[in-house]
Amino acid sequence: MAKKSYRQAVNEAIAQEMRRDSRVIVMGEDNAGGMGAPGEDDAWGGVLGVTKGLMPEFGRERVLDTPISESAFIGAAAGAAATGLRPVAELMFVDFMGVCFDQIFNQAGKFRYMFGGKAVTPLVVRTMYGAGFRAASQHSQCLYPVFTHTPGLKVVLPSSPYEAKGLMTQAIRDDDPVIFFEHKVLYDDEEEVPDEAYTIPFGEANLTREGDDVTIVAFGRMVNFANQVADSLEKDGISCTVVDPRTTSPLDSDTILECAEETGRVIVVDEANPRCGMASDIAALIGENVFGALKAPVRMVTPPHTPVPFAPELEDAYIPGVAAIEAAVRDVAGYER
Amino acid sequence: MNDAIQAITMPKWGLSMEEGVVVAWLAEVGGSIEKGQEILEIETTKLTNVYEAPAAGTLRRQVVAEGDTVPVGSLLGLLAGPSVGDADLDAFVERFNADFAVSAAEASAAAPEPESVKAGDFNLNYLRMGANTGIPLVLVHGFGGDLNNWLFNQPALAEDHDVLALDLPGHGRSSKELGTADIFMLTGAFRDFLDAVGIGQAHIVGHSMGGAVALNFAAESPERVHGLTLLAPGGLGPEINMEFIDGFIAAGRRKEMRSALEHLVADPDLISRDMINDVLKYKRLDGVEQALRSLANGLFPNGRQQVLDRGGLEQITAPISVIWGQSDQVIPVGHADTLTDLAQVHRLEGIGHMPHMEAAAEINRLIAASVA
Repeated sequence: MAKKSYRQAVNEAIAQEMRRDSRVIVMGEDNAGGMGAPGEDDAWGGVLGVTKGLMPEFGRERVLDTPISESAFIGAAAGAAATGLRPVAELMFVDFMGVCFDQIFNQAGKFRYMFGGKAVTPLVVRTMYGAGFRAASQHSQCLYPVFTHTPGLKVVLPSSPYEAKGLMTQAIRDDDPVIFFEHKVLYDDEEEVPDEAYTIPFGEANLTREGDDVTIVAFGRMVNFANQVADSLEKDGISCTVVDPRTTSPLDSDTILECAEETGRVIVVDEANPRCGMASDIAALIGENVFGALKAPVRMVTPPHTPVPFAPELEDAYIPGVAAIEAAVRDVAGYER
Repeated sequence: MNDAIQAITMPKWGLSMEEGVVVAWLAEVGGSIEKGQEILEIETTKLTNVYEAPAAGTLRRQVVAEGDTVPVGSLLGLLAGPSVGDADLDAFVERFNADFAVSAAEASAAAPEPESVKAGDFNLNYLRMGANTGIPLVLVHGFGGDLNNWLFNQPALAEDHDVLALDLPGHGRSSKELGTADIFMLTGAFRDFLDAVGIGQAHIVGHSMGGAVALNFAAESPERVHGLTLLAPGGLGPEINMEFIDGFIAAGRRKEMRSALEHLVADPDLISRDMINDVLKYKRLDGVEQALRSLANGLFPNGRQQVLDRGGLEQITAPISVIWGQSDQVIPVGHADTLTDLAQVHRLEGIGHMPHMEAAAEINRLIAASVA
């Protein structure tokens, strides 16, 4: 089995689904690139090259470069989905949701409900998120809690290349609007990824580590940090379970609650803003349902409630990292009433 | 081997094993050890297994303490005769550990990789290990399994034999499009595989459905079979636990898969997170569920096994050895009775449907004995 990057994994999933189903189309800004300039076709493949190679194989009929108008092309994608295509639209950075959110939360996300269950909207919106790319406050945010807040949307946060391919394939085959979050710092991460198509079901958490002492619930890129902490603390005699929920909507609350009950000590690592984020959501879920099993307060490891800073030193300090996670685990592991 | 020092090192069980935990030492320092004696219990992320002494001698050192995790190939302990001085042992440990970083890198570069071969209508994935001489051993997995099921057996058997393990059609990394799915298709694919890798005669080790394939192949082509070792083979009686078969096919999620896999072993604690994840990764591939459903329909129509023709089995000339766990929850151990006149039958106490995982050391001994 070949090692593939997160970027290749996403690309391969889209290409395989486009071969399998002629209704699958791709659209977004510079998804092919070089529009109108002969010899420059496929020059970009999206701003970080994820869709590179799709236009030469599937043509401009199925790989559409759009104007820089998210409200227009995300709306067009929602309409195309409602009328029989299966669009994969790229909202370049999730930070740009502000100009097209109506199309997503008030239109695509409501079709099934408002048309009495008779409409399906097989739309995938791919979008980049996350800090660590030196891209400043308007290109670094983790806005997945906003989408998770909206009923009718499915929200996916793949944490590795294997996960990215299986979850993207599932997203394209799914009949509901899916917001697919790609962490831009993960694009060059590599691992073994099957050549064949495969799907990972939504709403089932992955346990990347299993231990008895502390449960770490982590999202997206944070799963990798949580795994590193679990591995290094294992040597110090603290064994951790790491829960990667994979999708924040639907959320596998059963697995999270079971793990919380088993260890009685939980930390939640979330790169999103701390207020009304996934960390506070999971902490509330645990507090409400398995309070009696807790041996320590649930600790949230998040960035501060500020915009993502541009100064490299500040950005590095902003991101919840291995040191912060390790300190929180040690704190929770040693907590006595 | 009075003055020779024999290193005991962390074995590599399976392609993905990178490190192991020394769960327990089963022998004391200073104790005299027979070759093949169980001296260590080692845990991988897949399963816990016992490790047998590679040679006779006195256990002089336990280099790694119980509970420690070390990479594959690390020095665990030393066997030597009583005449070897402590200074020599210390020097050996020091030299070994100094060389280890280098040799570990070389070993991982030289580790055998699975290959794919075009066999009739299928691309079949297989792993070949060991000495390229003598009668080859071919390991054939069961329903839903793959070549990694032999992770505790293939490396050990490969010390003295040329050992191939394949993924049957619909399984592992082999083709998933089956066409007709029954025992004849599987047997034909197996024959095509032997032809494709240039094997005339082989000793075949078959587990469960793979055991039925081995038996059927031996009945059709007795001249190509040097011997048969069958682990809980299928095809000998109608009963089969369809709760396992149906549960395995339907399971798409971790918990469902755990319940299904627990049917395979006598001790359910043996089913690890990694094992479940590996099986789920296979189950998620496009075409797998369909392939397994077709096979189940062809092999177990209406929930009953197709029983192999007795007359055919009587054509088999090669020696047959049958091994069955007394606690098998998938195929009743009683089916072994149908072969008592044709085969040597071993029944293992406290073992389920996967004796080659649950009692690997004993199975390796039995296989080696039946090949010799």
